Amino acid sequence: MSEVLLEVKNLKKYFQVGKAQTLKAVDNVSFQIYKGETLGLVGESGCGKSTLGRTIMRLYHPTDGEVFYEGKKISGSVSKEENHECCRKMQMIFQDPYMSLDPRMKVVDIVAEGLNSRNSSMSRGEREMQVVRLMEMVGLQKEHIGRFAHEFSGGQRQRIGIARALAIHPEFIVADEPISALDVSIQAQVVNLLRQLQDELGLTYLFIAHDISMVKYISSRIGVMYLGSLVELAPSGAVFDRPLHPYTQALLSAIPLPDPRAEKNRSRIVLEGTVPSPVNIPEGCKFCSRCRYATDECKKSTPQFRQVEEGHWVACHRYANQ
Amino acid sequence: MSLLEVSNLHISLRTQDSVVKAVRGVSFSLEPKDTLAIVGESGSGKSMTVKGIMKLLPKAGRVTDGKIVFDGTDITQFGERQMRKLNGSEISMIFQDPMTSLNPTMTVGKQIMEVLHEHKKMSAQNQKARAVELLSLVGISSPEKRFGQYPHQLSGGMRQRVVIAIALACDPKILVADEPTTALDVTIQAQILELMKSLQDKISTSIILITHNLGVVANIANKVAVMYGGEIVESGTVDDIFYEAQHPYTLGLIASIPKIHEESVTLKTIPGTPPDLIDPPAGCPFAPRCDKAMKICHLRQPENKQISGTHRSACWLQHSMAKQAAEKEEHHE
Amino acid sequence: MQNTELTDDLFSPARSGAVEREKISRPMRSGFQDGWFRLKQNKGAVAALAILLVLVALAFLGPLLTKYDYYTTNYGAIFQSPSAEHWFGTDKFGRDQWARVWYGTRISLLIAVVAATLDLLVGVTYGSISALLGGRTDAVMQRIVEVLVGIPNLIIVILLMMVMPAGIGTLIIAMSISGWVNMARLVRAEILKLKNHEFVLAARLLDASNGQIILRHLIPNTVGVIVINTMFTIPSAIFTEAFLSFIGIGLQEPKASLGVLINSGFQVINSHPYLLFISAIVIVLIMVCFSILGDGLRDAFDPQMRV
Repeated sequence: MSEVLLEVKNLKKYFQVGKAQTLKAVDNVSFQIYKGETLGLVGESGCGKSTLGRTIMRLYHPTDGEVFYEGKKISGSVSKEENHECCRKMQMIFQDPYMSLDPRMKVVDIVAEGLNSRNSSMSRGEREMQVVRLMEMVGLQKEHIGRFAHEFSGGQRQRIGIARALAIHPEFIVADEPISALDVSIQAQVVNLLRQLQDELGLTYLFIAHDISMVKYISSRIGVMYLGSLVELAPSGAVFDRPLHPYTQALLSAIPLPDPRAEKNRSRIVLEGTVPSPVNIPEGCKFCSRCRYATDECKKSTPQFRQVEEGHWVACHRYANQ
Repeated sequence: MSLLEVSNLHISLRTQDSVVKAVRGVSFSLEPKDTLAIVGESGSGKSMTVKGIMKLLPKAGRVTDGKIVFDGTDITQFGERQMRKLNGSEISMIFQDPMTSLNPTMTVGKQIMEVLHEHKKMSAQNQKARAVELLSLVGISSPEKRFGQYPHQLSGGMRQRVVIAIALACDPKILVADEPTTALDVTIQAQILELMKSLQDKISTSIILITHNLGVVANIANKVAVMYGGEIVESGTVDDIFYEAQHPYTLGLIASIPKIHEESVTLKTIPGTPPDLIDPPAGCPFAPRCDKAMKICHLRQPENKQISGTHRSACWLQHSMAKQAAEKEEHHE
Repeated sequence: MQNTELTDDLFSPARSGAVEREKISRPMRSGFQDGWFRLKQNKGAVAALAILLVLVALAFLGPLLTKYDYYTTNYGAIFQSPSAEHWFGTDKFGRDQWARVWYGTRISLLIAVVAATLDLLVGVTYGSISALLGGRTDAVMQRIVEVLVGIPNLIIVILLMMVMPAGIGTLIIAMSISGWVNMARLVRAEILKLKNHEFVLAARLLDASNGQIILRHLIPNTVGVIVINTMFTIPSAIFTEAFLSFIGIGLQEPKASLGVLINSGFQVINSHPYLLFISAIVIVLIMVCFSILGDGLRDAFDPQMRV
């Protein structure tokens, strides 16, 4: 797990809202993803995690910063061949199982979409065989391929989306909240399926979610985002056992436990207020308005994102001296 | 006497060419001060059940059978007008998306006063005082200031608090909350759950909580009904359900919740997909996805069996012959 | 349930396989079939469709049913009331009104359908290009549309009719020159909405070209809007044609269209009202039926109406 597959360097994505206002959806984010691992990215709605995923996938042009894939720069303008290359290697799974499949198309055409654009010499029969193989890989059957997307349940649709992404043998997949819209028992199905596919095909994932508890089961490392910035990045175990950033601590504490007796005796950190608007954020630590440890220093200067332990990064003044 | 008694409720939805049997024989009762959680996946009929009780079914929906008794009155046949009188003053409802239940062109305070005006004869001054009091009851800081604000000026969590304040305005006997935290972020969900917990101590309203998240249930409910395929498959106290669950579906549901403090490697899942209720299975709706399914499960609906004083489960495994068969199996091995 | 019916065998394990677990029980049906099904349940729309079919059939077959044609004059039989010989009577030149009404209907429908098709082709192309390219191109294209919208439709048509020779072709061109604007705006709005749908993003990530995205995803998903809008364009084109012919700058006699017929009927409304009424009833039927059918189609194919 030493080879870096994807590197994000000082990535920024700003949106212009109104005349003088800038929405800093992604603000100076840097991290690396190693080959074969899953990096989980969590944060609440509006923290920029989806924008980050889409910018990496080149659906948005970054305002500043760079993205490297296997050492090659893939952000900004690239040649046509490089574009094809990227499309072949990187794929995405989407959040909304209802919006991510074309309602006018049959499942066989949806899954075969990647096969069509890349290799039009494939015969109809070959294509159908490929589709059946992919469908079986995600636990669906041959009988299903002639149906339209709206006849499937949410979990089945999400698996069709996975099959579509796998059709062109990608190495790296950005999963943008793939389980948020699903029921709990179905969420577990999709998470287990993604893990199984990772083992079989050697995939690397960037797994974006707002529910940190589910992310644990698939991620080797977890990054926590708040208002466009990474506030903590550490191996999965460390995030749950020794969360350093006050926001991560609150996030973990907010998860309801399926254990009534433990719930009764649990003291939780309840964050006051809500996430401030990402438009025109003031100087200083972005979290300081809701942080229970906030000091004057936090209001004045932005904390550095630094490594405080082996592989454990955090952006908080409390750990500045470690 | 129970506050609300629902027995053998059946609800059907007409679609263009078929009938969806969304709720099939649901019975439960709600005592004063109870918090009953109805848990189930999408399509399990949990929302339809309360919509049927509240007479809020979509046009195509109809209660085809069953009886609903509220506070000694049979409200099964109530018309829209009678129900509206009840709605808001005796039973209130809050929905998943707070924005849909708030009027965007009216200040928050006005909206609370309107409810008070409709159901309680109160002077304008008293109405205002009560509205401010309600806003502070639901944990809104500087309620006087918020009183004059419009819904779009508030955050999602704050809006849900306002919706709760409106629902509580007339001291209803029952508060029905349909997925009140699903649209909110985890930290905001925690805030709302803490609020509902503290409200339970302050006021005497009974709560029916509809959710797909068992974690939320453990936090605030004292009774739980688990729904699957339009039926209640298991019901009991929170302890019955979380520590003594009998039905394979309940067990699967609990197992598929991620446990943050456990060092487990894989997540348990329930394979398969929920049944389509256009053509409900003849036997137990869960049978196709059940690891412990027997032949009979596919053929006949199981009886809802009493397991203990508070605990019931509709599963063939509870049948004496299933237990015998299991014992025999053990002997063989 | 009786215990006696239960046998030990019934309690033997019977786990379902994966096929059973992922079963989909609802019938296989495309969105189009779904909409068609719903349309069939709408009695008004079905009646409108039936009436339209009858009118179209008459427009083509009607003139063949009588031995008279629409242009031969017979001064010995002017202004005859409807009879067994002349089913709809005759006009001031003794021409058979039955033949003229259905011939006129045919011309009116032809003009309307061709104009609507032109609107459709230009509008859809313009709208989708504008939406898909976006940015400055979109801005320029939209300004052009706004200018066209700003000039009253009838003024453009009337000016054109005056400089060009009167005839069917001129009428069609005149109506289409500004008629496509509406379609272009609708299609643009629809595609702008679809463009950010996740299934379009997925197609882009799968290296699909712009053309493939338009043809495979965007157009099929806008077909509903396009068809429904066309259903409303046709009656308005029929009306425009009738209006122009009525004020005397449309088709000229002896050619017939519904507008021409109404015009000549109107001149003798006091003495021979049947000349006006029959053609007026036909035009009203056509316009009302297209509107009802359009509404029915919208209800049936609008995905937001789906239960």
